[in-house]
Amino acid sequence: MLFTAGPMVFSLYLSLTRYDMLKPASYVGMDNYRELISDPKVATALYNTLFFTFLHVPLQIVLALGLASLLRRAGRASGFFRTVLYLPVMTPPVALAAMFLLLLNGQTGAINELLGWFGFTGPNWTTDPVWVKPGLVVMSLWTVGSTAIIYLAALSRVPGELYEAARLDGASPWRQFWHITLPGISGTIYFTVVVNTIASLQTFTEAYAMFFGNSETADSQGDSALFYVIYLFQQAFSSLRMGYASALGWALFVVIAVITVIQVRVSRRLVHYESEPR
Amino acid sequence: MSLVEAPAAATVTERDVTSRTPRTTSIVRIACVLALLLTAVAFLYPLIWLVSASLKDRAHVFDNALIPNPVAFANYVEVWQAVPLLAWIVNSALVGLAAAAAATLSSAVVAYGFARFQFRGRDVMFGLVLATMMLPSAVTMVPVYLEWHAVGLATTQIPLWAQNLFGSAFYIFLLRQFFLGLPGEIFDAAKVDGAGHVRTFVRIALPLTVPALVVVFVFELKAAWTDLIKPLIYLRDTDFFTLPRGLKTILDRFGEGGESQWELVLAASTIATAPMILLFLVAQRYFVRGLNTQSNR
Repeated sequence: MLFTAGPMVFSLYLSLTRYDMLKPASYVGMDNYRELISDPKVATALYNTLFFTFLHVPLQIVLALGLASLLRRAGRASGFFRTVLYLPVMTPPVALAAMFLLLLNGQTGAINELLGWFGFTGPNWTTDPVWVKPGLVVMSLWTVGSTAIIYLAALSRVPGELYEAARLDGASPWRQFWHITLPGISGTIYFTVVVNTIASLQTFTEAYAMFFGNSETADSQGDSALFYVIYLFQQAFSSLRMGYASALGWALFVVIAVITVIQVRVSRRLVHYESEPR
Repeated sequence: MSLVEAPAAATVTERDVTSRTPRTTSIVRIACVLALLLTAVAFLYPLIWLVSASLKDRAHVFDNALIPNPVAFANYVEVWQAVPLLAWIVNSALVGLAAAAAATLSSAVVAYGFARFQFRGRDVMFGLVLATMMLPSAVTMVPVYLEWHAVGLATTQIPLWAQNLFGSAFYIFLLRQFFLGLPGEIFDAAKVDGAGHVRTFVRIALPLTVPALVVVFVFELKAAWTDLIKPLIYLRDTDFFTLPRGLKTILDRFGEGGESQWELVLAASTIATAPMILLFLVAQRYFVRGLNTQSNR
């Protein structure tokens, strides 16, 4: 813990300095924070990150819930499907990035070929700035398996008697879902929303592997895949602006804290806890 | 039912999932299985496509046919000769094992401390440990780098695993639950037999916790094997690269420009992915347990 608290304090101090690792750090007060407020790249990065998060998290949750419900009704085949759905989660993100650069390719990619079967002309996911982020969201849904398995376990803990009773009362499957299933697993849904959001706001690897560290790709899509942590990483380790990068880190911390607090507030009204022993 | 509630009955999870399924008519069940089959195809397709495309020659790599024709095993030989893949695999394995071992041991020691000892401020400290889970790693990325730089180790592989020696909040939480679930009598018995704290921990607590230790080990092994950001920050010398860091180099070198050689990128991607798929198939139930534990928080 000391080893987390130490860097935190150090980081807070650094964020008030200008430090390029060549000359000693010089104290500049709030300059870094003033700069990041007026830095258009920060605005872009923050917009990209929030855009991705607000698209990715709800889709991830709904898809995972759907898959978990299906898995639960699949009987003996459930184990096999669980394995298949989880395999993509094991793929190293850089390999994932390499694969999806081709799968999402506008001309030859398999995803647009699939869309073509249904009469749609797919966009240039990897080069059109408008479609870069939706493309990353599509790719992120491929690793929904871990959330689906978490939901599967939660579903199996909802007491079966409740469904029996509801059936006797003649409740439709839809009503059963709204009044028994959703309240029964709302604690788990809440947990996955919070964790997924925090992780999503820190998106780095796939987007960086696909679009950065290489001059050519960076040019083709402009700043449309510039996520917040990527910008922080560039400031720290390409431009060696350690003080500014630390300030960026703290600003991200504030954004995450605010969003988490909002989620906690909202959850108080929506999350239903069984009187379970804790 | 899961680790958190009843550690000893962790295997119940497997049975629960299949036995307590809702009452469904056979038509609904068939519809569900069909829907799952379609999803399974969508989820497996990219992996099959990856292996297949990695075996195509340059002219056919974009054709999306699932059976490569002609089959170009030469891609694997070529990429093996073009970059130090073997060194990267060895580096990844070493870093991964060190990271997993460090995380498992240190988290176990700390968790045991929180579970078995009474001391002042224990609960406050445990709360703080859990709070560190919320802290984005982006905040500490820069200062931690500067600390390694200050001790002259910033361009070695050590920072990639050594931080795990301080334990990790999630694993500490998981293992603490497990230790709390062990019956107190075994510890009393050990005390009567004159076993000290270290002996009790090593000979009694740890062996009983093996399933949970395996969960921590395989999760961390996977995390370290697939990580890109730390190798990007710390590794400079190509010979010290881990596989994901090397893969990024291959992607930048062979994936771009007029002479792009995607078949080599995909061959290397297959090589990086295969061990993780194997690890999962071997240690599958431990991954499922780890996930189920999370769902219970």
